[in-house]
Amino acid sequence: MSSTAFDFVLQTALLLGLAPLVSGCIKNWKAKLQNRRGPPVWQVYRDIGKFLRKDMVVSEHASWVFSYAPYVVFISALLAGLMVPMVSTQAPLSLFGGVLALVGLLALGRFFLALGGLDPASAFGGMGSSREMTIAAIAEPALMLAIFTVALAAGSTDLSHIVQATLGPAWSLLNPRHVLAFAALFIVLLAETGRIPVDNPATHLELTMIHEAMLLEYSGRYLALMEWGASIKQLVLMTLLVNVFFPIGLAADASPAALGLGLLSYLARLSLVAGVVVLVETANAKLRLFRVPDLLSAAFVLASLALFSTFLFQ
Amino acid sequence: MDQFSPILLNLGLLGYVLGALAGLVFFRRSRAANLGAFGCAAAAAACTGLACVHALLTGAATDAGSTRLVPTLVPYVQFTVCLDPLSCFFGLILSLVALALSIYSLGYARGYYGRKSVGVLGAFYNVLVLATTLVFLSDNAFFFLIAWEIMALSAYCLVSFEHEQNETRNAGVLFFVMSHIGTGCLILGFLLLFQASGGYGFAGFHALGDKMAASPRNAAFLLFLVGFGVKAGLVPLHIWLPAAHPVAPSNVSALLSGVLIKTGIYGLARVLFDFLGTPPNWWGVTVLGLGTLSAVLGVLYALMQHDLKRLLAYHSIENIGIILMGLGAALMFLHTGHPVLASLALVAGLYHTINHAVFKALLFLGAGAVVHAAHTRDMEEMGGLAKRMPHTALFFLIGAVAISALPPLNGFVSEWLVYQSLLQGFGTTSSLIRLMFPLSGAMLALTGALAAACFVKAFGITFLAQPRSTHAAQAREATPTMLLGQGLLAAACVFLGLFPTLFLKVLDPVTRQLAGPALSTQLSLANGLVLSGATPGGGSVSTLGLTAAAAGLLLVPFALWLVYARRTRVRLGPTWDCGLQGLTPRMEYTATGFSKPIRMIFKALFRPRREVQREYDFSPYFAKTLRFESHVEELFLTRLYRPLYGAVWQASRRMRALQAGSLQAYLIYIFVILLVLLLFAL
Repeated sequence: MSSTAFDFVLQTALLLGLAPLVSGCIKNWKAKLQNRRGPPVWQVYRDIGKFLRKDMVVSEHASWVFSYAPYVVFISALLAGLMVPMVSTQAPLSLFGGVLALVGLLALGRFFLALGGLDPASAFGGMGSSREMTIAAIAEPALMLAIFTVALAAGSTDLSHIVQATLGPAWSLLNPRHVLAFAALFIVLLAETGRIPVDNPATHLELTMIHEAMLLEYSGRYLALMEWGASIKQLVLMTLLVNVFFPIGLAADASPAALGLGLLSYLARLSLVAGVVVLVETANAKLRLFRVPDLLSAAFVLASLALFSTFLFQ
Repeated sequence: MDQFSPILLNLGLLGYVLGALAGLVFFRRSRAANLGAFGCAAAAAACTGLACVHALLTGAATDAGSTRLVPTLVPYVQFTVCLDPLSCFFGLILSLVALALSIYSLGYARGYYGRKSVGVLGAFYNVLVLATTLVFLSDNAFFFLIAWEIMALSAYCLVSFEHEQNETRNAGVLFFVMSHIGTGCLILGFLLLFQASGGYGFAGFHALGDKMAASPRNAAFLLFLVGFGVKAGLVPLHIWLPAAHPVAPSNVSALLSGVLIKTGIYGLARVLFDFLGTPPNWWGVTVLGLGTLSAVLGVLYALMQHDLKRLLAYHSIENIGIILMGLGAALMFLHTGHPVLASLALVAGLYHTINHAVFKALLFLGAGAVVHAAHTRDMEEMGGLAKRMPHTALFFLIGAVAISALPPLNGFVSEWLVYQSLLQGFGTTSSLIRLMFPLSGAMLALTGALAAACFVKAFGITFLAQPRSTHAAQAREATPTMLLGQGLLAAACVFLGLFPTLFLKVLDPVTRQLAGPALSTQLSLANGLVLSGATPGGGSVSTLGLTAAAAGLLLVPFALWLVYARRTRVRLGPTWDCGLQGLTPRMEYTATGFSKPIRMIFKALFRPRREVQREYDFSPYFAKTLRFESHVEELFLTRLYRPLYGAVWQASRRMRALQAGSLQAYLIYIFVILLVLLLFAL
């Protein structure tokens, strides 16, 4: 029991500490790739620190929902993160919920994020909320189907079980089911974390913005929690991707050596996915809003194919 | 068997009768009628609820026999009830909801003082609850149908309660007609069962299907599916539901959407699992497919509504779909011989049944309070109510989170069970059919996400931002009894969400009666703190554990506040308005605008039509007036029911020639028919 509590604290710290770094790295690498100098990788930490120290301005139209939303967004992202195995094959909260609870918690955060966008009575916020919920709705079936594919193969919705089942001989990583589901989940990752070609994380005040539009009225401590929560969510989804599909080198026991090796391998794979995200963001332009469903239905088709291939190859 | 439950049950039934009489006696005295009718109903609901819980938990339900309520002289007609597990479970749902509703009604009916007769409302309300109780409890097909008809007629009277409005009258008639089409199918179905068993008692119908030939058995399945499907609001038989539920008084809407449509689910569960024996595969496939279709279409149409109560009514169709996904999967597992999985899927469906009853009633009560305060059902004229009605807003938010299947509330738990049974169903067969399970699961995911979008809209547009009308700006919090009714249901949502393993004990006798083994011990891990899928290692969830962990994690923001933000101040300021002269409510996002992306994405289904008229002097960019209209098409209404209605109309015009008014002709008809019948008899 005490080791679970220890894991809980450790993984919380890892999530809190690593998430802004991943966001910062993506920003920095993207700038480098586009021949800009870009902000340093630590910039996101500085931003959050600055937001925390600032006074808050809260809209006079907003109600109590506005003030509670940042906490729900932040906590739900953290909780979701505690269900994913990060460094070892065992996630601290895997008994309390598997991949279905993870999707539910992310949806809970999104629900309150969208309400927080609507509350200050600004048209921007409503626009952002509307688009966020729409895109999430059409991304959800693809996400679930891709997850079902791996869950069915592992015979469990528990992420620790899924990861342990994938840790078989290396060649099984390259079977078609795996590759197709990975591709589907990668597209969903781009949509869920508001990346180009779905949303542009670098814009404020454009009519095309989605995530930023909902945050316009937030400031100070609340904004810090919202930004941090968003980066944790991004980290959780990336972790899901790297650890479910390529769980190479994950620590099987709690010895320091295994954990250290697991951390190194995890960081390496994480930076690989971040690098791919940077490439995709640089090579593509943002899609028109009503083109996004096409992209996401492509993800759904990929996930369905993954499922059909399960049927064919078994 | 101990007499505790039957005595309490009789007390409860008597209470409803007294309530109905009180309503009629105090016909002209609103206050007395209100107290008498709804007070009696609340007490009666408490009695029947206790009776059902007691029977389920002590195991008395499993060996319950028939109890005669009233003596009868007519053969076959027996007015008998039986407190068996399935009946008790649905009786429990009804009693729980009716208790909260009756308390709420004490405050809500005050809105009718001086306008309408509260006595009539109270009397019909009591009759409706009484008849619904008897539908759930009766164990004789004849008695069942009589109770069924009383239920439909009293519901019709309540739907038409505010009959001064054209819309209400039309909705009432549509409800009446559809309901009777359903009843017709039920009568035929029961006749088929009568033919096979030679009696009307439900005890004689048990596992009758195994003794029947294939074709009458399949015919009975289809007849019951249509008959109960109409009542449940199954797509494509649903069209009456979004018309009838919103126009009724809100306490009645809650009863209709929360419980009355569940009589359809009860009927299907009773017939499919108790009467018709081991099902062929296509029954389960049909039910699962129709359930999935209902879920997706229900939520899509709900998104297009800006009438708050109509939106909720469409969500009932969605949730009936989810319940039927559970029941359909259970049928498929019974076919393939997996009793444990059948139990799991049945538990999922029935758990969602009580969950939906609780949160949908809660949402309708909230909507009732809002409509009462804002004087309209149109969300576009609401807004800002969270500040003016904070308690109602909180309860509505709890209902919204629950219905969107978000953790840690009850909707999440039952959908989690549905997902589990669908995923585990994949391994039960090796035929292509098994792909149906994960695909239905994906559609359930779509449904859940769309429902979340819909309730962001429903809550956000109604309760958040600035009020969009003067009525909304002057809205006042609901009365204490109305809040108490909502609070009870909200507490039930939280309880059913956080303590699923406790509640599952109630379902044990039901699964043992209908499908396979009892699951409550198999589904609970770690002393009942964790809910597990039926197979070991298949996955587990603990809403209680998650809530506790969330409480622990709140230390992080607290520590951050302590270290960094203790000295910061909070200022109120205007929302940024792009440098204009201040924001007005007209600049807010509207309900129609919110759902526009969905409308565009699914335009093949909705066929949206819009009309824009601009009046301008010199440039179209500076319009003086602008009129905007937007419509979506209810596909089943325009493509299925309108042509059908036209055909019926044409046929009856032709038939009119037969009824020309000549007595001799009528005599000839009778003679000819008699001859034909005699020929058949030969």
